[in-house]
Amino acid sequence: MAETVVFVVCAVGAVASGVAVFVLDSMARATFALLASFLFAAVPLLLLGLSYLGVLVVLMMVMEMMVMVVFMIMYMMNPAGLMPMSMLHNKVGALAVAIGTFAVLAAGVFLVPWPAREGAVPADPTLLLAEAIMGPHMLVMMLVGLVLFATMVASVVLSTPRGRYDRYGDDLRRARPDDPIDGGLGR
Amino acid sequence: MVESAPALLSPLVLLVLLGVFAYGAAAGAAVLHARAAGTAPVAAIAAPARESARLLVQRRRTVPGADTLLWRLGGALLPVAAVLAAMVIPLGPVAVSDLSVGVVWFNAMEVLAWCAVWLLGWGANSVWGLVGGYRFLVQGLSYELPHMFALITAALGAGSLRVGDVVAAQEEVWFAVLMPAAFAIYLVSALAMAFWGPFDAPVGRDLAGGAAAEPAGADRLVLLAGRYLLLTVVAAMAVPLFLGGGAGPLLPAWAWSLVKTAVVLGALVWIGHRVPTVRMDRFTEVGWMVLIPLSLLQALVVSVLVLVR
Repeated sequence: MAETVVFVVCAVGAVASGVAVFVLDSMARATFALLASFLFAAVPLLLLGLSYLGVLVVLMMVMEMMVMVVFMIMYMMNPAGLMPMSMLHNKVGALAVAIGTFAVLAAGVFLVPWPAREGAVPADPTLLLAEAIMGPHMLVMMLVGLVLFATMVASVVLSTPRGRYDRYGDDLRRARPDDPIDGGLGR
Repeated sequence: MVESAPALLSPLVLLVLLGVFAYGAAAGAAVLHARAAGTAPVAAIAAPARESARLLVQRRRTVPGADTLLWRLGGALLPVAAVLAAMVIPLGPVAVSDLSVGVVWFNAMEVLAWCAVWLLGWGANSVWGLVGGYRFLVQGLSYELPHMFALITAALGAGSLRVGDVVAAQEEVWFAVLMPAAFAIYLVSALAMAFWGPFDAPVGRDLAGGAAAEPAGADRLVLLAGRYLLLTVVAAMAVPLFLGGGAGPLLPAWAWSLVKTAVVLGALVWIGHRVPTVRMDRFTEVGWMVLIPLSLLQALVVSVLVLVR
């Protein structure tokens, strides 16, 4: 019963804060409404006994939102962009797509022949998760890791205004890089 | 495994101890500052109390265009994050809640400080505040990975994410001895977590206080209290992770926990007083080129030790 109450509160909270993301006229508030939505979504994971995943969602979503807020403010740093601002564009089209998607998903939820539950709850879900990631799913994790790393490197390369030729000269023979601010290692 | 104490008693004891240690840290910093300034060090012990009283009667500042909701939320979030993080720290054999994923919980609650500082900076509608908030995020991107790897290394050595198990794994030898690099990295990132000493750029004087430029009165008191609480908590967590928890001769376990916490906290306060501020863009290079490889190497060594054992 307590679990049901907690779940309902979190479900309503997640949806409400999700709606708030698009209703609020402040980029910062929209960001933290989104964070609230994710935090509400983390609690059901804890209810399912997945302690590690639940806490990890909190950890990762907080960091992700903070990184995102930097870019949001950065890209929209102008009077029209900060406050007030609107997250609503092409309202009719978006509404149609949203309602349509919801209808399809809801129909799927009710029409799919869900299997009956089998097996028992593992004593240590975290250990099983670790074994799955480091065992049968290791190849997937490694590939995903490579893709993510390539994405990070690519975005940094694209965002930096200076490259190796600016730092080391056209023939790359400069002994010390010509950086506006020296790094902490004195290179 | 550490036990959970009777409900309500341990949270109360936790809050009292956190308050005492946070005050001690503030007083210690004030004494060091007074001695450096040539004034009476003993009188400085009461400085935090005087400052608290002054801030309580000071009128809070209102700024045109401020996002008041987020501003207040940021201030309140800092002490809350510190206290929540302290939930899993054992005092001798007892913790408020020894979660099965206590190490991850601690890290998750710490990271809420990112939100808090940025909200304080942003909410004030002040360029100094906003830059201060940004500085903390840049700082976070620099220290967080080494910090995480240090935490992971301690959990790796114990084979568990439960803080109580980490303490139990240090019966024979403390992790500070087994993994000195991780311990050192943890302390460095602890300073950065509490934006203390060399990492106080987010609230630096060159920014008129940065994220702390605009809060005044009770708001400022909450902010400063939260900061010292955070410093206390990260110092206290070093004890079960690397210094054997309550282990030690003669004194009971809870007393040893307190003594070790006091020593670590004192060291951090002293370092904060002695080391000048480091530019974040410089520390970023150190963080990513030195601390991360070092922490990964440490984790590798610990992994091999665990497998061999």
